[in-house]
Amino acid sequence: MRYLPKSPSERQQMLAAIGVRSMEELFTSIPAAHRLNRPLNLLGPLSEMEIIDYFRARAAENSCGYTSFLGAGVYNHLRSVVTDALIQRGEFLTSYTPYQPEISQGTLQAIFEFQTLMCQLTGQEVANASMWDGSTALTEAVLMAQRLTGRHQAIVARSLHPEYRDVLATYARNVSLEIDEVAYTPTGQIDAAALRTAVNDATAAVVVQSPNFFGVLEQVPELAEIAHAKQALLVVAITEAVSLGIVRPPAEADIVAMEGQSFGLAPSYGGPFVGVIATREKFVRQMPGRLTGQTTDHAGRRGFVLTLATREQHIRREKATSNICTNQALCALAAAIHLCLLGKEGLKELAQQNLAKARFAAAELAKIPGVQRAFSGPSFNEFVVELPRSVKMVNADLLQDKIIGPLPLSGFYPELSKRGLVCVTETTPRAEIERLAASLRQILDRPV
Amino acid sequence: MYPSNYRYTKEHEWIRIENGIGTVGITDYAQHELGDVVFVELPKAGAKLSAGQSFGTVESVKAVSEIYSPVSGEVLETNTSLANEPEKINKDPHGAAWLIKLKIANAAELNTLMDAAAYQTYISEKQKEAAH
Repeated sequence: MRYLPKSPSERQQMLAAIGVRSMEELFTSIPAAHRLNRPLNLLGPLSEMEIIDYFRARAAENSCGYTSFLGAGVYNHLRSVVTDALIQRGEFLTSYTPYQPEISQGTLQAIFEFQTLMCQLTGQEVANASMWDGSTALTEAVLMAQRLTGRHQAIVARSLHPEYRDVLATYARNVSLEIDEVAYTPTGQIDAAALRTAVNDATAAVVVQSPNFFGVLEQVPELAEIAHAKQALLVVAITEAVSLGIVRPPAEADIVAMEGQSFGLAPSYGGPFVGVIATREKFVRQMPGRLTGQTTDHAGRRGFVLTLATREQHIRREKATSNICTNQALCALAAAIHLCLLGKEGLKELAQQNLAKARFAAAELAKIPGVQRAFSGPSFNEFVVELPRSVKMVNADLLQDKIIGPLPLSGFYPELSKRGLVCVTETTPRAEIERLAASLRQILDRPV
Repeated sequence: MYPSNYRYTKEHEWIRIENGIGTVGITDYAQHELGDVVFVELPKAGAKLSAGQSFGTVESVKAVSEIYSPVSGEVLETNTSLANEPEKINKDPHGAAWLIKLKIANAAELNTLMDAAAYQTYISEKQKEAAH
Protein backbone atom coordinates (compact mmCIF):
# COMPACT_ATOMS: atom_id res chain seq x y z
CA MET A 1 0.00 0.00 0.00
CA ARG A 2 1.35 3.44 -0.92
CA TYR A 3 0.58 6.28 1.44
CA LEU A 4 0.03 9.04 -1.15
CA PRO A 5 -2.70 11.67 -0.91
CA LYS A 6 -5.41 11.75 -3.55
CA SER A 7 -5.09 14.21 -6.43
CA PRO A 8 -7.90 16.77 -6.98
CA SER A 9 -9.13 14.87 -10.06
CA GLU A 10 -9.23 11.58 -8.11
CA ARG A 11 -11.24 13.32 -5.42
CA GLN A 12 -13.71 14.56 -8.02
CA GLN A 13 -14.07 11.02 -9.40
CA MET A 14 -14.73 9.64 -5.92
CA LEU A 15 -17.28 12.35 -5.15
CA ALA A 16 -19.03 11.72 -8.49
CA ALA A 17 -19.15 8.00 -7.77
CA ILE A 18 -21.12 8.54 -4.55
CA GLY A 19 -23.29 11.25 -6.11
CA VAL A 20 -22.18 14.46 -4.42
CA ARG A 21 -20.74 17.52 -6.11
CA SER A 22 -18.20 18.77 -3.58
CA MET A 23 -16.43 17.99 -0.31
CA GLU A 24 -18.60 20.70 1.21
CA GLU A 25 -21.73 18.78 0.22
CA LEU A 26 -20.23 15.53 1.59
CA PHE A 27 -19.90 17.06 5.06
CA THR A 28 -23.26 18.87 5.29
CA SER A 29 -24.52 16.33 7.85
CA ILE A 30 -21.92 17.57 10.38
CA PRO A 31 -23.38 20.56 12.29
CA ALA A 32 -21.60 23.83 11.57
CA ALA A 33 -20.66 24.27 15.23
CA HIS A 34 -18.56 21.09 15.07
CA ARG A 35 -16.75 21.92 11.86
CA LEU A 36 -13.34 23.51 11.54
CA ASN A 37 -13.73 26.63 9.40
CA ARG A 38 -10.06 27.53 9.21
CA PRO A 39 -6.95 25.67 8.06
CA LEU A 40 -5.14 23.55 10.66
CA ASN A 41 -2.42 25.47 12.46
CA LEU A 42 0.49 23.58 10.92
CA LEU A 43 3.89 24.64 9.70
CA GLY A 44 4.11 25.07 5.94
CA PRO A 45 6.04 22.59 3.81
CA LEU A 46 9.73 22.36 4.67
CA SER A 47 12.68 21.19 2.62
CA GLU A 48 14.64 18.13 3.73
CA MET A 49 17.42 20.32 5.16
CA GLU A 50 14.92 22.47 7.05
CA ILE A 51 13.27 19.40 8.54
CA ILE A 52 16.62 18.00 9.70
CA ASP A 53 17.53 21.39 11.25
CA TYR A 54 14.14 21.55 12.94
CA PHE A 55 14.54 18.16 14.59
CA ARG A 56 18.17 18.83 15.57
CA ALA A 57 17.01 21.98 17.33
CA ARG A 58 14.21 20.06 19.13
CA ALA A 59 16.69 17.29 20.10
CA ALA A 60 19.00 19.93 21.60
CA GLU A 61 16.18 20.93 23.95
CA ASN A 62 16.34 17.50 25.61
CA SER A 63 17.75 17.61 29.08
CA CYS A 64 20.79 15.49 29.71
CA GLY A 65 23.04 14.70 32.60
CA TYR A 66 20.17 14.12 35.05
CA THR A 67 19.98 11.11 37.34
CA SER A 68 16.45 9.80 37.83
CA PHE A 69 15.09 7.92 40.83
CA LEU A 70 11.67 7.43 39.27
CA GLY A 71 10.11 4.01 38.73
CA ALA A 72 6.43 3.47 39.58
CA GLY A 73 5.59 1.20 36.66
CA VAL A 74 8.22 2.34 34.14
CA TYR A 75 11.84 1.40 34.71
CA ASN A 76 15.27 2.39 33.47
CA HIS A 77 17.20 -0.72 32.59
CA LEU A 78 20.17 -1.51 30.41
CA ARG A 79 19.25 -2.33 26.83
CA SER A 80 21.47 -3.97 24.25
CA VAL A 81 22.00 -2.56 20.75
CA VAL A 82 21.56 -6.16 19.58
CA THR A 83 17.84 -6.01 20.42
CA ASP A 84 17.24 -2.89 18.31
CA ALA A 85 19.33 -4.19 15.44
CA LEU A 86 17.33 -7.44 15.30
CA ILE A 87 13.83 -6.00 15.70
CA GLN A 88 14.54 -3.47 12.94
CA ARG A 89 14.90 -6.21 10.34
CA GLY A 90 12.16 -5.64 7.78
CA GLU A 91 10.77 -9.16 8.22
CA PHE A 92 9.86 -8.25 11.80
CA LEU A 93 9.42 -4.48 11.65
CA THR A 94 6.81 -4.34 8.91
CA SER A 95 5.18 -7.72 9.26
CA TYR A 96 1.44 -7.89 9.85
CA THR A 97 -0.65 -10.25 11.95
CA PRO A 98 0.51 -13.77 11.08
CA TYR A 99 -2.87 -15.14 10.00
CA GLN A 100 -1.22 -17.17 7.26
CA PRO A 101 1.25 -19.58 8.85
CA GLU A 102 2.69 -20.57 5.47
CA ILE A 103 4.30 -17.12 5.13
CA SER A 104 4.84 -16.23 8.81
CA GLN A 105 6.90 -18.97 10.43
CA GLY A 106 9.57 -16.57 11.74
CA THR A 107 7.08 -14.23 13.40
CA LEU A 108 5.04 -17.11 14.79
CA GLN A 109 8.09 -18.84 16.23
CA ALA A 110 9.23 -15.57 17.86
CA ILE A 111 5.80 -15.22 19.51
CA PHE A 112 5.91 -18.87 20.59
CA GLU A 113 9.31 -18.30 22.25
CA PHE A 114 7.96 -15.17 23.97
CA GLN A 115 4.98 -17.12 25.33
CA THR A 116 7.29 -19.89 26.56
CA LEU A 117 9.53 -17.39 28.38
CA MET A 118 6.53 -15.68 29.98
CA CYS A 119 5.23 -19.04 31.26
CA GLN A 120 8.61 -19.94 32.73
CA LEU A 121 8.93 -16.56 34.47
CA THR A 122 5.40 -16.36 35.87
CA GLY A 123 5.05 -20.02 36.85
CA GLN A 124 1.89 -20.32 34.76
CA GLU A 125 0.90 -22.92 32.15
CA VAL A 126 -0.07 -20.74 29.22
CA ALA A 127 0.71 -17.15 28.14
CA ASN A 128 -0.74 -15.24 25.21
CA ALA A 129 1.05 -13.46 22.37
CA SER A 130 1.00 -10.19 24.41
CA MET A 131 -1.38 -7.35 25.19
CA TRP A 132 -1.26 -3.58 24.81
CA ASP A 133 0.42 -2.91 28.17
CA GLY A 134 0.38 -3.98 31.82
CA SER A 135 -2.72 -1.97 32.72
CA THR A 136 -4.88 -3.38 29.92
CA ALA A 137 -3.53 -6.88 30.61
CA LEU A 138 -4.64 -6.49 34.22
CA THR A 139 -8.08 -5.28 33.20
CA GLU A 140 -8.51 -8.13 30.71
CA ALA A 141 -7.44 -10.55 33.45
CA VAL A 142 -10.23 -9.26 35.71
CA LEU A 143 -12.80 -9.48 32.88
CA MET A 144 -11.59 -13.02 32.28
CA ALA A 145 -12.19 -13.86 35.95
CA GLN A 146 -15.67 -12.35 35.63
CA ARG A 147 -16.44 -14.67 32.68
CA LEU A 148 -14.91 -17.72 34.36
CA THR A 149 -16.73 -17.34 37.68
CA GLY A 150 -19.96 -15.72 36.48
CA ARG A 151 -19.49 -13.31 39.41
CA HIS A 152 -19.35 -9.55 39.24
CA GLN A 153 -17.19 -8.17 42.03
CA ALA A 154 -13.45 -7.51 42.04
CA ILE A 155 -11.61 -6.84 45.28
CA VAL A 156 -8.58 -4.72 44.52
CA ALA A 157 -5.60 -3.92 46.73
CA ARG A 158 -5.14 -0.19 47.32
CA SER A 159 -1.45 -0.87 46.72
CA LEU A 160 -2.18 -1.79 43.08
CA HIS A 161 -0.73 0.84 40.70
CA PRO A 162 -3.22 3.77 40.85
CA GLU A 163 -3.21 4.13 37.06
CA TYR A 164 -3.96 0.42 36.63
CA ARG A 165 -6.89 0.92 39.03
CA ASP A 166 -8.06 3.83 36.84
CA VAL A 167 -7.96 1.72 33.68
CA LEU A 168 -9.86 -1.08 35.43
CA ALA A 169 -12.49 1.39 36.70
CA THR A 170 -12.99 2.75 33.18
CA TYR A 171 -13.75 -0.71 31.80
CA ALA A 172 -15.79 -1.74 34.85
CA ARG A 173 -18.31 1.07 34.35
CA ASN A 174 -19.91 -0.64 31.37
CA VAL A 175 -19.61 -4.32 32.22
CA SER A 176 -21.53 -4.38 35.54
CA LEU A 177 -18.36 -4.99 37.50
CA GLU A 178 -18.29 -3.76 41.08
CA ILE A 179 -14.90 -2.79 42.45
CA ASP A 180 -14.07 -2.81 46.14
CA GLU A 181 -10.79 -1.79 47.68
CA VAL A 182 -8.77 -3.30 50.51
CA ALA A 183 -6.28 -1.14 52.42
CA TYR A 184 -2.59 -1.74 53.16
CA THR A 185 -0.97 -2.22 56.56
CA PRO A 186 2.19 -0.60 58.03
CA THR A 187 4.21 -3.28 56.21
CA GLY A 188 2.96 -1.85 52.90
CA GLN A 189 1.27 -5.19 52.15
CA ILE A 190 -2.44 -5.74 51.64
CA ASP A 191 -4.42 -6.13 54.87
CA ALA A 192 -4.94 -9.90 54.69
CA ALA A 193 -7.44 -9.97 57.56
CA ALA A 194 -9.57 -7.26 55.91
CA LEU A 195 -9.31 -9.15 52.63
CA ARG A 196 -10.54 -12.36 54.26
CA THR A 197 -13.61 -10.48 55.52
CA ALA A 198 -14.22 -8.75 52.19
CA VAL A 199 -14.07 -11.83 49.92
CA ASN A 200 -17.52 -13.37 49.50
CA ASP A 201 -19.61 -15.58 47.22
CA ALA A 202 -19.98 -12.75 44.69
CA THR A 203 -16.23 -12.16 44.36
CA ALA A 204 -14.86 -12.98 40.91
CA ALA A 205 -11.29 -11.88 41.56
CA VAL A 206 -8.89 -10.69 44.22
CA VAL A 207 -6.43 -8.34 42.54
CA VAL A 208 -3.00 -7.59 43.97
CA GLN A 209 0.34 -6.40 42.64
CA SER A 210 3.70 -7.85 43.69
CA PRO A 211 6.04 -6.09 44.13
CA ASN A 212 3.22 -3.63 44.75
CA PHE A 213 3.11 0.09 43.99
CA PHE A 214 5.14 0.78 47.16
CA GLY A 215 7.75 -1.73 46.00
CA VAL A 216 6.70 -4.21 48.70
CA LEU A 217 6.33 -7.94 47.98
CA GLU A 218 2.96 -9.53 48.75
CA GLN A 219 2.49 -12.98 50.32
CA VAL A 220 0.98 -14.54 47.19
CA PRO A 221 0.36 -18.09 48.58
CA GLU A 222 -1.63 -16.77 51.53
CA LEU A 223 -3.66 -14.41 49.31
CA ALA A 224 -4.41 -17.29 46.91
CA GLU A 225 -5.68 -19.36 49.81
CA ILE A 226 -8.00 -16.50 50.90
CA ALA A 227 -9.40 -16.06 47.38
CA HIS A 228 -9.78 -19.79 46.73
CA ALA A 229 -11.62 -20.35 50.03
CA LYS A 230 -14.55 -18.52 48.39
CA GLN A 231 -13.94 -19.92 44.87
CA ALA A 232 -12.69 -16.52 43.72
CA LEU A 233 -9.67 -16.24 41.41
CA LEU A 234 -6.41 -14.54 42.35
CA VAL A 235 -5.08 -12.05 39.78
CA VAL A 236 -1.49 -10.94 40.35
CA ALA A 237 -0.15 -7.87 38.54
CA ILE A 238 3.58 -7.34 38.05
CA THR A 239 4.89 -3.97 36.85
CA GLU A 240 8.59 -4.65 37.44
CA ALA A 241 9.26 -7.81 35.45
CA VAL A 242 12.97 -7.87 36.40
CA SER A 243 11.89 -8.81 39.94
CA LEU A 244 11.13 -12.31 38.58
CA GLY A 245 14.90 -12.85 38.34
CA ILE A 246 14.93 -13.50 42.10
CA VAL A 247 11.36 -13.33 43.38
CA ARG A 248 9.45 -16.63 43.56
CA PRO A 249 7.02 -16.77 40.58
CA PRO A 250 3.35 -16.22 41.54
CA ALA A 251 2.49 -19.82 40.64
CA GLU A 252 -0.50 -19.86 43.03
CA ALA A 253 -2.17 -17.07 41.05
CA ASP A 254 -4.93 -18.02 38.63
CA ILE A 255 -4.04 -15.23 36.23
CA VAL A 256 -0.86 -13.15 36.05
CA ALA A 257 -0.96 -9.76 34.29
CA MET A 258 2.43 -8.22 33.68
CA GLU A 259 4.07 -5.19 32.13
CA GLY A 260 7.09 -6.38 30.14
CA GLN A 261 8.70 -2.96 29.58
CA SER A 262 11.66 -3.82 31.81
CA PHE A 263 12.69 -6.48 29.29
CA GLY A 264 14.46 -4.38 26.68
CA LEU A 265 11.98 -1.59 26.00
CA ALA A 266 12.95 2.05 26.53
CA PRO A 267 10.75 4.14 28.86
CA SER A 268 10.27 6.63 25.97
CA TYR A 269 7.20 8.79 26.60
CA GLY A 270 5.42 5.90 28.34
CA GLY A 271 5.21 3.49 25.44
CA PRO A 272 4.99 1.44 23.37
CA PHE A 273 5.19 -1.24 26.05
CA VAL A 274 4.05 -4.85 26.14
CA GLY A 275 1.43 -6.48 28.36
CA VAL A 276 1.44 -10.14 29.31
CA ILE A 277 -1.39 -12.43 30.39
CA ALA A 278 -0.49 -15.86 31.71
CA THR A 279 -2.88 -18.35 33.27
CA ARG A 280 -3.78 -21.97 33.90
CA GLU A 281 -4.38 -24.15 30.87
CA LYS A 282 -7.96 -24.93 31.94
CA PHE A 283 -8.78 -21.19 31.55
CA VAL A 284 -7.26 -20.86 28.08
CA ARG A 285 -10.60 -20.49 26.27
CA GLN A 286 -11.42 -17.37 28.26
CA MET A 287 -8.00 -15.82 27.69
CA PRO A 288 -8.17 -12.74 25.45
CA GLY A 289 -5.87 -12.09 22.56
CA ARG A 290 -4.11 -14.56 20.38
CA LEU A 291 -2.03 -17.57 21.12
CA THR A 292 0.63 -19.22 19.00
CA GLY A 293 0.88 -22.98 19.10
CA GLN A 294 3.38 -25.56 17.90
CA THR A 295 2.20 -28.20 15.46
CA THR A 296 3.43 -30.34 12.60
CA ASP A 297 2.86 -29.85 8.88
CA HIS A 298 1.70 -32.55 6.39
CA ALA A 299 5.24 -33.92 6.24
CA GLY A 300 5.58 -34.12 10.03
CA ARG A 301 7.91 -31.11 10.32
CA ARG A 302 7.68 -28.72 13.28
CA GLY A 303 5.71 -25.57 12.54
CA PHE A 304 3.77 -22.78 14.25
CA VAL A 305 0.22 -21.49 13.84
CA LEU A 306 -2.25 -19.16 15.53
CA THR A 307 -4.15 -21.38 17.97
CA LEU A 308 -7.70 -20.72 19.26
CA ALA A 309 -8.05 -17.96 16.66
CA THR A 310 -11.71 -18.99 16.34
CA ARG A 311 -12.40 -16.91 19.44
CA GLU A 312 -10.81 -13.76 18.02
CA GLN A 313 -12.56 -10.71 16.68
CA HIS A 314 -11.83 -11.31 13.00
CA ILE A 315 -13.95 -14.45 13.23
CA ARG A 316 -16.35 -13.88 16.14
CA ARG A 317 -16.93 -10.14 15.82
CA GLU A 318 -18.85 -8.82 18.84
CA LYS A 319 -18.78 -12.26 20.50
CA ALA A 320 -14.99 -12.40 20.56
CA THR A 321 -13.31 -13.01 23.92
CA SER A 322 -11.98 -9.46 23.68
CA ASN A 323 -12.10 -6.73 21.08
CA ILE A 324 -9.25 -4.83 22.67
CA CYS A 325 -6.52 -7.40 22.46
CA THR A 326 -3.97 -5.41 20.45
CA ASN A 327 -0.89 -7.54 20.15
CA GLN A 328 2.44 -5.78 20.60
CA ALA A 329 4.34 -8.26 18.47
CA LEU A 330 7.43 -6.12 17.92
CA CYS A 331 7.72 -5.22 21.62
CA ALA A 332 7.16 -8.86 22.56
CA LEU A 333 9.96 -9.79 20.17
CA ALA A 334 12.23 -7.20 21.81
CA ALA A 335 11.45 -8.71 25.22
CA ALA A 336 12.16 -12.24 23.95
CA ILE A 337 15.49 -11.19 22.41
CA HIS A 338 16.45 -9.25 25.54
CA LEU A 339 15.75 -12.28 27.75
CA CYS A 340 17.69 -14.59 25.46
CA LEU A 341 20.68 -12.22 25.60
CA LEU A 342 20.52 -12.12 29.40
CA GLY A 343 19.91 -15.82 29.92
CA LYS A 344 18.69 -17.37 33.14
CA GLU A 345 21.80 -16.51 35.15
CA GLY A 346 22.03 -13.04 33.63
CA LEU A 347 18.47 -12.18 34.66
CA LYS A 348 19.14 -13.44 38.17
CA GLU A 349 22.33 -11.38 38.42
CA LEU A 350 20.52 -8.31 37.07
CA ALA A 351 17.79 -8.69 39.67
CA GLN A 352 20.38 -9.14 42.43
CA GLN A 353 22.10 -5.90 41.37
CA ASN A 354 18.77 -4.06 41.55
CA LEU A 355 18.11 -5.44 44.99
CA ALA A 356 21.60 -4.67 46.29
CA LYS A 357 21.61 -1.10 44.97
CA ALA A 358 18.13 -0.37 46.26
CA ARG A 359 19.13 -1.70 49.70
CA PHE A 360 22.23 0.46 49.67
CA ALA A 361 20.17 3.52 48.72
CA ALA A 362 17.59 2.82 51.42
CA ALA A 363 20.34 2.53 54.03
CA GLU A 364 22.08 5.72 52.86
CA LEU A 365 18.85 7.73 52.92
CA ALA A 366 17.85 6.37 56.33
CA LYS A 367 21.06 7.85 57.81
CA ILE A 368 19.76 11.37 57.10
CA PRO A 369 18.07 12.94 60.15
CA GLY A 370 14.30 13.08 59.67
CA VAL A 371 14.27 10.56 56.81
CA GLN A 372 12.86 7.08 57.35
CA ARG A 373 11.45 4.06 55.51
CA ALA A 374 7.65 4.31 55.36
CA PHE A 375 6.87 0.57 55.14
CA SER A 376 8.52 -2.39 56.81
CA GLY A 377 7.68 -5.14 54.29
CA PRO A 378 10.30 -6.80 52.04
CA SER A 379 10.98 -4.86 48.85
CA PHE A 380 12.79 -5.24 45.52
CA ASN A 381 14.13 -2.16 43.71
CA GLU A 382 11.65 0.44 44.97
CA PHE A 383 10.86 1.69 48.44
CA VAL A 384 8.94 4.52 50.07
CA VAL A 385 10.71 7.15 52.17
CA GLU A 386 9.10 9.55 54.57
CA LEU A 387 10.62 13.06 54.56
CA PRO A 388 10.22 15.80 57.16
CA ARG A 389 8.71 18.08 54.51
CA SER A 390 6.87 18.08 51.17
CA VAL A 391 8.44 15.79 48.57
CA LYS A 392 7.54 18.22 45.80
CA MET A 393 9.46 21.03 47.50
CA VAL A 394 12.47 18.81 48.11
CA ASN A 395 12.37 17.63 44.50
CA ALA A 396 12.50 21.22 43.22
CA ASP A 397 15.77 21.66 45.12
CA LEU A 398 17.14 18.26 44.00
CA LEU A 399 16.49 19.28 40.42
CA GLN A 400 18.99 22.13 40.87
CA ASP A 401 21.58 19.39 41.43
CA LYS A 402 20.39 17.57 38.31
CA ILE A 403 18.67 14.87 40.37
CA ILE A 404 15.11 13.78 39.58
CA GLY A 405 13.91 12.84 43.06
CA PRO A 406 11.38 10.36 44.45
CA LEU A 407 7.82 10.27 43.11
CA PRO A 408 5.56 12.24 45.51
CA LEU A 409 2.78 9.85 46.60
CA SER A 410 0.32 12.49 47.87
CA GLY A 411 -1.25 12.90 44.41
CA PHE A 412 -2.23 9.22 44.32
CA TYR A 413 -2.62 8.69 48.08
CA PRO A 414 -3.75 11.77 50.04
CA GLU A 415 -2.91 9.88 53.26
CA LEU A 416 0.73 9.59 52.19
CA SER A 417 1.85 13.21 52.17
CA LYS A 418 5.61 13.71 52.64
CA ARG A 419 6.18 10.20 51.26
CA GLY A 420 8.09 9.57 48.06
CA LEU A 421 8.69 6.41 46.03
CA VAL A 422 12.37 5.83 45.25
CA CYS A 423 13.50 3.52 42.46
CA VAL A 424 17.07 2.29 42.03
CA THR A 425 18.10 -0.04 39.21
CA GLU A 426 21.36 -1.45 37.86
CA THR A 427 21.64 1.75 35.78
CA THR A 428 22.04 3.92 38.89
CA PRO A 429 25.75 4.23 39.75
CA ARG A 430 26.72 4.00 43.42
CA ALA A 431 28.21 7.49 43.20
CA GLU A 432 24.83 8.89 42.10
CA ILE A 433 23.07 7.21 45.05
CA GLU A 434 25.64 8.86 47.34
CA ARG A 435 25.11 12.19 45.57
CA LEU A 436 21.33 11.90 46.14
CA ALA A 437 21.91 11.22 49.83
CA ALA A 438 24.36 14.14 50.17
CA SER A 439 22.11 16.52 48.29
CA LEU A 440 19.03 15.51 50.28
CA ARG A 441 20.94 15.92 53.57
CA GLN A 442 21.99 19.45 52.56
CA ILE A 443 18.48 20.42 51.46
CA LEU A 444 16.92 19.17 54.70
CA ASP A 445 19.62 20.97 56.77
CA ARG A 446 18.49 24.29 55.30
CA PRO A 447 15.51 26.00 56.91
CA VAL A 448 12.29 25.80 54.88
CA MET B 1 -31.97 -39.09 9.06
CA TYR B 2 -33.95 -36.57 11.15
CA PRO B 3 -36.06 -38.37 13.82
CA SER B 4 -39.77 -37.69 13.39
CA ASN B 5 -40.38 -37.41 17.15
CA TYR B 6 -37.93 -34.44 17.43
CA ARG B 7 -38.65 -30.73 16.85
CA TYR B 8 -36.14 -28.42 15.14
CA THR B 9 -35.08 -24.74 15.15
CA LYS B 10 -33.85 -22.49 12.36
CA GLU B 11 -30.51 -22.31 14.23
CA HIS B 12 -30.21 -26.10 13.84
CA GLU B 13 -30.92 -27.34 17.35
CA TRP B 14 -33.23 -30.29 18.01
CA ILE B 15 -35.41 -31.06 21.04
CA ARG B 16 -36.97 -34.36 22.12
CA ILE B 17 -39.73 -34.42 24.76
CA GLU B 18 -40.24 -37.16 27.34
CA ASN B 19 -42.53 -36.59 30.35
CA GLY B 20 -42.21 -32.80 30.23
CA ILE B 21 -38.41 -33.02 30.02
CA GLY B 22 -36.78 -31.72 26.83
CA THR B 23 -33.43 -33.05 25.63
CA VAL B 24 -31.57 -30.59 23.38
CA GLY B 25 -28.77 -31.11 20.87
CA ILE B 26 -27.51 -29.79 17.54
CA THR B 27 -28.52 -31.38 14.25
CA ASP B 28 -26.49 -33.51 11.90
CA TYR B 29 -26.61 -30.61 9.41
CA ALA B 30 -25.07 -28.30 12.07
CA GLN B 31 -22.24 -30.69 12.98
CA HIS B 32 -21.48 -31.16 9.30
CA GLU B 33 -21.31 -27.42 8.70
CA LEU B 34 -19.09 -26.90 11.76
CA GLY B 35 -16.57 -29.64 10.98
CA ASP B 36 -14.53 -31.36 13.70
CA VAL B 37 -15.80 -30.21 17.09
CA VAL B 38 -13.00 -29.62 19.60
CA PHE B 39 -14.74 -28.00 22.57
CA VAL B 40 -18.21 -27.55 24.03
CA GLU B 41 -19.18 -24.96 26.61
CA LEU B 42 -22.42 -25.70 28.50
CA PRO B 43 -24.41 -23.90 31.23
CA LYS B 44 -24.64 -25.00 34.85
CA ALA B 45 -27.63 -27.02 36.05
CA GLY B 46 -30.25 -24.66 37.44
CA ALA B 47 -29.71 -22.00 34.76
CA LYS B 48 -33.03 -20.56 33.53
CA LEU B 49 -33.28 -20.13 29.78
CA SER B 50 -35.83 -18.37 27.62
CA ALA B 51 -36.67 -19.51 24.08
CA GLY B 52 -33.99 -18.36 21.65
CA GLN B 53 -31.48 -17.56 24.40
CA SER B 54 -27.85 -18.55 23.87
CA PHE B 55 -26.83 -21.17 26.42
CA GLY B 56 -23.38 -22.23 25.29
CA THR B 57 -20.91 -22.58 22.46
CA VAL B 58 -19.66 -25.32 20.20
CA GLU B 59 -16.12 -24.79 18.95
CA SER B 60 -14.82 -26.54 15.87
CA VAL B 61 -11.52 -26.22 14.07
CA LYS B 62 -13.19 -23.60 11.86
CA ALA B 63 -15.48 -21.58 14.09
CA VAL B 64 -17.13 -21.01 17.44
CA SER B 65 -20.94 -21.09 17.29
CA GLU B 66 -23.54 -20.13 19.83
CA ILE B 67 -26.20 -22.69 20.73
CA TYR B 68 -29.72 -21.41 21.38
CA SER B 69 -32.44 -22.89 23.51
CA PRO B 70 -35.42 -24.06 21.41
CA VAL B 71 -37.88 -23.33 24.25
CA SER B 72 -37.96 -21.73 27.71
CA GLY B 73 -37.04 -23.82 30.72
CA GLU B 74 -34.66 -24.68 33.50
CA VAL B 75 -31.48 -26.68 32.89
CA LEU B 76 -31.71 -29.98 34.80
CA GLU B 77 -28.61 -31.71 33.52
CA THR B 78 -25.78 -31.23 31.03
CA ASN B 79 -23.88 -33.84 29.07
CA THR B 80 -20.58 -33.78 30.97
CA SER B 81 -19.10 -36.56 28.82
CA LEU B 82 -18.66 -33.98 26.03
CA ALA B 83 -15.90 -32.24 27.99
CA ASN B 84 -13.54 -35.13 27.24
CA GLU B 85 -15.17 -36.39 24.04
CA PRO B 86 -16.43 -33.37 22.07
CA GLU B 87 -16.03 -35.44 18.86
CA LYS B 88 -19.17 -37.35 19.87
CA ILE B 89 -21.06 -34.40 18.37
CA ASN B 90 -19.74 -35.33 14.94
CA LYS B 91 -20.39 -39.05 15.43
CA ASP B 92 -23.83 -39.13 17.04
CA PRO B 93 -25.39 -35.65 17.08
CA HIS B 94 -28.98 -36.87 17.50
CA GLY B 95 -28.22 -39.38 20.27
CA ALA B 96 -25.23 -39.73 22.60
CA ALA B 97 -24.14 -36.13 21.98
CA TRP B 98 -27.20 -34.45 23.49
CA LEU B 99 -26.18 -31.18 25.22
CA ILE B 100 -28.69 -30.34 27.95
CA LYS B 101 -31.92 -31.56 29.52
CA LEU B 102 -34.55 -28.89 30.20
CA LYS B 103 -37.59 -28.73 32.44
CA ILE B 104 -39.96 -27.14 29.97
CA ALA B 105 -41.68 -23.97 31.18
CA ASN B 106 -44.25 -23.53 28.41
CA ALA B 107 -45.15 -26.53 26.25
CA ALA B 108 -47.02 -24.26 23.80
CA GLU B 109 -43.65 -22.95 22.56
CA LEU B 110 -43.00 -26.37 20.99
CA ASN B 111 -45.66 -25.60 18.38
CA THR B 112 -43.47 -22.81 16.98
CA LEU B 113 -40.73 -25.30 16.04
CA MET B 114 -40.37 -27.29 12.82
CA ASP B 115 -41.12 -31.01 12.53
CA ALA B 116 -38.68 -33.31 10.72
CA ALA B 117 -40.28 -32.85 7.28
CA ALA B 118 -40.31 -29.05 7.59
CA TYR B 119 -36.69 -29.07 8.77
CA GLN B 120 -35.64 -31.27 5.83
CA THR B 121 -37.24 -28.76 3.44
CA TYR B 122 -35.60 -25.88 5.33
CA ILE B 123 -32.08 -27.32 5.04
CA SER B 124 -32.46 -28.41 1.44
CA GLU B 125 -33.33 -24.78 0.63
CA LYS B 126 -30.23 -23.71 2.58
CA GLN B 127 -28.14 -26.12 0.55
CA LYS B 128 -29.62 -24.80 -2.72
CA GLU B 129 -28.79 -21.24 -1.65
CA ALA B 130 -25.25 -22.28 -0.84
CA ALA B 131 -24.89 -23.97 -4.22
CA HIS B 132 -25.82 -20.77 -6.06
